[in-house]
Amino acid sequence: MNELQFLSWVRGPALQISATLFLIGIMWRLIEIYSLRYHPNFAEPRRVPGASGWHTLYRRFFPPEGMFEASPITYIGGYIFHIGLAIIIFLFDPHLGLIKEFIGISWNALPSPIIDFVTVVTLVAMVTVLANRLKCPVKRFLSGGQEYFSWVVTFLPVLTGYLAANHLLFSYTTTLALHILSAELLLISIPFSNLLHIFTVWPSRWFNGAVNGQRGVPV
Amino acid sequence: MINLAERFLDAGISRRAFLQYCAQLAALMALPPSAGRAFAEALITAPRPSVIWLSFQECTGCTEAITRSHSPTIENLIFSHISLDYHHTLQAAAGDSAEIARSEAMQRQRGKYLIVVDGAVPLKDGGIYSTIAGVSNYDLLRETAKDAAAIIAVGSCAAFGGLPKANPNPTGAVAISDLIQDKPVINLPGCPPIPVVMTGVLAHYLAFGTSPALDRLSRPKAFYGETLHDRCYRRPFYDQGKFAKSFDDLAARQGWCLFELGCKGPVTSNSCATIKWNDSTSFPISSGHGCLGCSEPNFWDAGGFYRALSLPADPLENTTASAITGTIAGISVAVANRLVQNTAILEHQPVIVTDLEKSGG
Repeated sequence: MNELQFLSWVRGPALQISATLFLIGIMWRLIEIYSLRYHPNFAEPRRVPGASGWHTLYRRFFPPEGMFEASPITYIGGYIFHIGLAIIIFLFDPHLGLIKEFIGISWNALPSPIIDFVTVVTLVAMVTVLANRLKCPVKRFLSGGQEYFSWVVTFLPVLTGYLAANHLLFSYTTTLALHILSAELLLISIPFSNLLHIFTVWPSRWFNGAVNGQRGVPV
Repeated sequence: MINLAERFLDAGISRRAFLQYCAQLAALMALPPSAGRAFAEALITAPRPSVIWLSFQECTGCTEAITRSHSPTIENLIFSHISLDYHHTLQAAAGDSAEIARSEAMQRQRGKYLIVVDGAVPLKDGGIYSTIAGVSNYDLLRETAKDAAAIIAVGSCAAFGGLPKANPNPTGAVAISDLIQDKPVINLPGCPPIPVVMTGVLAHYLAFGTSPALDRLSRPKAFYGETLHDRCYRRPFYDQGKFAKSFDDLAARQGWCLFELGCKGPVTSNSCATIKWNDSTSFPISSGHGCLGCSEPNFWDAGGFYRALSLPADPLENTTASAITGTIAGISVAVANRLVQNTAILEHQPVIVTDLEKSGG
């Protein structure tokens, strides 16, 4: 298999396989999670039912008092790489072509040099939060294989994308193929790892907030 | 044997023009300035080499390209002053006379002649899908290559199998390098290759007796060392994220990047963007069409010509079926979870303080 055949394979059969596994997995997991039955909670909500959930959605954008000082890298690095990922995925023109292919709509892209800059910042932020996770005893204790796996499958598409766009390390054909392949690995991983938080983060915040609202936590 | 210098004088080529050509050739092939002098010295004394041009499963586009290039320039002169002893399209002889000319050239310059091949070689069913004078392409290649100095595989069909090898490859076509391992094979892919690339490599061989530096696909690095995308005049628009959305829209006419229209320039190594065609007049991207990637192996089967590289090679299939399958799986797991919960509820036995006291004994 030469490199163009490799690229054709990742753009063809491999993408079909990964998209199929992703769709099956995501439908399965979301239905499974949101069909779980919970014990009825008879406690009165603090004020309006569910309002605490909406407030928590907003409130958790900000660190609780004292936490930022205790762990600034977690908050700063976390924000940077999440926003960076969103910019790279949703504002880089070749990605927009893919999005249009899937959902039929598109919007304006950012110039490539800006995406390049954001990518470097994102990579640095991700390496920093990983180093912080390894260095801090508590975070290291709380981290299992899945945390590191999620970091790797998220980091690889960003790294290979940067290499491909800037023609580094290997030929563009090979790095583009590796980039697409790593994105496919990420796609397959999403339903079956803690990366599922891409879909569940907002409902989870709301749910936790709403439950807390029935336990006396002020809205 | 008359040498090239005498040929040049006969044709009215001045010493200055000849030296300029040598310098240009050296520059074109990314050789140091001293190579221009080496070219000149070697070419002056070079005898006319015998070249046997074999055409197999091909469309004659490569011959069309080389014969219509830059005419009349010094490159063409060099080409016309090699001893082209066998070429179906260009030779006057036919039938037995043509085959005798080939045999004589092979005997006269045994071990020194060059073979230029355009076209792939069919192997399926004994190679019957392409024969010349009743001889299969494979047998003709094997016989002719036996005493050759080197083989230049011209065009993507000879270099990589090209269109004949495209899926489902009904004739079992293969590239020259798949069949010849004991002779140097220089690949000059393209559909067709750039004429000056063909003449440049021939001149290099004449001058130095060796092929120029080759990459891992046996292509001269001087011509195939960079991608079209790297040297494309539309590249700044790619960097700015400015893309033509359809052929001949305002963006396309303003020179914006053709990536979204399926241009394969980023994955294609060739010199089209720098050397160009028709006396450096133009190349496909200049005329508003994306690169097809014709000098890359298996370019026919590398996804649609008009689908961007960042898109799936084919539209996604089975998405609805996948979503339905996932939904069924999710519902099944949900029902199973409920059954477990229901069973647990049914089997639940309340424990009161007295029970604990009893068990504590």
